[in-house]
Amino acid sequence: MAKYLLLKHYRGAPAAVNDVPMEKWTPEEISAHVRYMDDFAARLEGTGEFVDAQALAPDGMWVRYDGEGRPPVVDGPFAETKDLVAGWMVVDVDSRERAIELAGELSAAPGAGGEPIHEWLEVRPFLGAAPTVTE
Amino acid sequence: MTPPLDEVLLRSLTPGVLGVLVRRGADFAAAEDAVQEALVEALRVWPADPPRDPRAWLVTVAWRRFLDATRADAARRRREDLVEEEPQPGPASGVDDTLALYFLCAHPSLTPSSAVALTLRAVGGLTTRQIARAYLVPEATMAQRISRAKRTVSGVRFDRPGDVATVLRVLYLVFNEGYSGDVDLAAEAIRLTRQLAAVVDHPEVAGLLALMLLHSARRVARTAPDGSLVPLAEQDRTRWDTAAITEGVAVLQAALARDRLGEFQAQAAIAALHADAPTAAETDWVQIVEWYDELVRLTDSPVVRLNRAVAVGEADGPRAGLAALAELDDSLPRHAAVAAHLHEAAGDLETAARLYAEAARRAPDLAERDHLTRRAARLNTRPRP
Repeated sequence: MAKYLLLKHYRGAPAAVNDVPMEKWTPEEISAHVRYMDDFAARLEGTGEFVDAQALAPDGMWVRYDGEGRPPVVDGPFAETKDLVAGWMVVDVDSRERAIELAGELSAAPGAGGEPIHEWLEVRPFLGAAPTVTE
Repeated sequence: MTPPLDEVLLRSLTPGVLGVLVRRGADFAAAEDAVQEALVEALRVWPADPPRDPRAWLVTVAWRRFLDATRADAARRRREDLVEEEPQPGPASGVDDTLALYFLCAHPSLTPSSAVALTLRAVGGLTTRQIARAYLVPEATMAQRISRAKRTVSGVRFDRPGDVATVLRVLYLVFNEGYSGDVDLAAEAIRLTRQLAAVVDHPEVAGLLALMLLHSARRVARTAPDGSLVPLAEQDRTRWDTAAITEGVAVLQAALARDRLGEFQAQAAIAALHADAPTAAETDWVQIVEWYDELVRLTDSPVVRLNRAVAVGEADGPRAGLAALAELDDSLPRHAAVAAHLHEAAGDLETAARLYAEAARRAPDLAERDHLTRRAARLNTRPRP
């Protein structure tokens, strides 16, 4: 019973095995990919392990406080940002092994040629709430 | 004026009502759905029109819901047979039913998270939404988790006795989840364990109840107003719940008197020794180490050995604690935190600060990480001689 973030990157992850950018896939391949992701999420809802899935636009910006009474400073987007998060899925599972198993399945989503992408996904455990018994 | 509906009282009737339906021949999954519907109906109707006999009301409504739900099914004939055989609801089998339900919901074929969810719903009478909120998952996810769990146990004989230890593990998991959402899971775990203790005579059930009461008694003192953790030694002991401590100690003493020691009784004994100390300095660490020795014997758990090293450090000095720690694998969760604490006590503040920072990086939750980071920061910013 622990939550894990399965993080997908536009950039910053090691290269996938089937490393063809999406715009070079056929429309059918893209549909198959999207269907795979939807089915995966639906299946996890069925197993009682799904928490959340979201995709992010690549255009982001940096924002910071600039002092009392001043508007925040906005910078970017930076085309060259090395690490760019594309989206995530959050799962609630019984073990670390299960989180790894699910990330493996997600990474098998089909890409160019209908072959699995073998994309690298970042798997990050949540910091949970403090347990009632500690000492 | 009608008094506000006591939801906890209402939910305490759940296992008995469910037991009656299952005993009349309803399958568990359908019976459980029917009882949930009856609970929702009770919440709606009772405030304006409280029944004379709440349990009988729930049985009647749940049974009717069950029949309605099965009416469309091919099971019509079977249902009609059931109606004719319908036994009178009586208190005689209530105890057995409640116990059977605990065993079923903690059945070894269930994963821990499924057993927890099913226990909270079928025994605890919580709604799927409440359980989902408590575990911070979507309601649809929790609904699936519960219905899968019900399918998993659908073939299990309802009245077969199980292993109390599996039930206790589930209740302990619920207790440890603490508080999130609108349900106090620790309080719910205490309620369910108390209810279990009323129907089964087992020293470890009493041990777990005592452990929960003693830990829960210190709960408000464990957190500062800003949400940060307050370690045991620094807690304001006047804020401890003395009624809960008194009850916990009494429950524990009665259990220990039966001379069938188990893990939860030993843990409760340690909690009782902490609760019994008027100040942190007056803690009987020698006796605590003895209880940890018992726990090591009972569980052989590395986590217990780690906690024992802390106790040894208090009883025999930080050097002895570090010696005990040296025998343990340093990849254990909280190993660095214990090492930091012992080095600090031994006066090696440089090492302690480094280890606190390392422990913070490996902390499993936010409150603990912040606490350890503060410890490291306090040592790093201390005035140097």
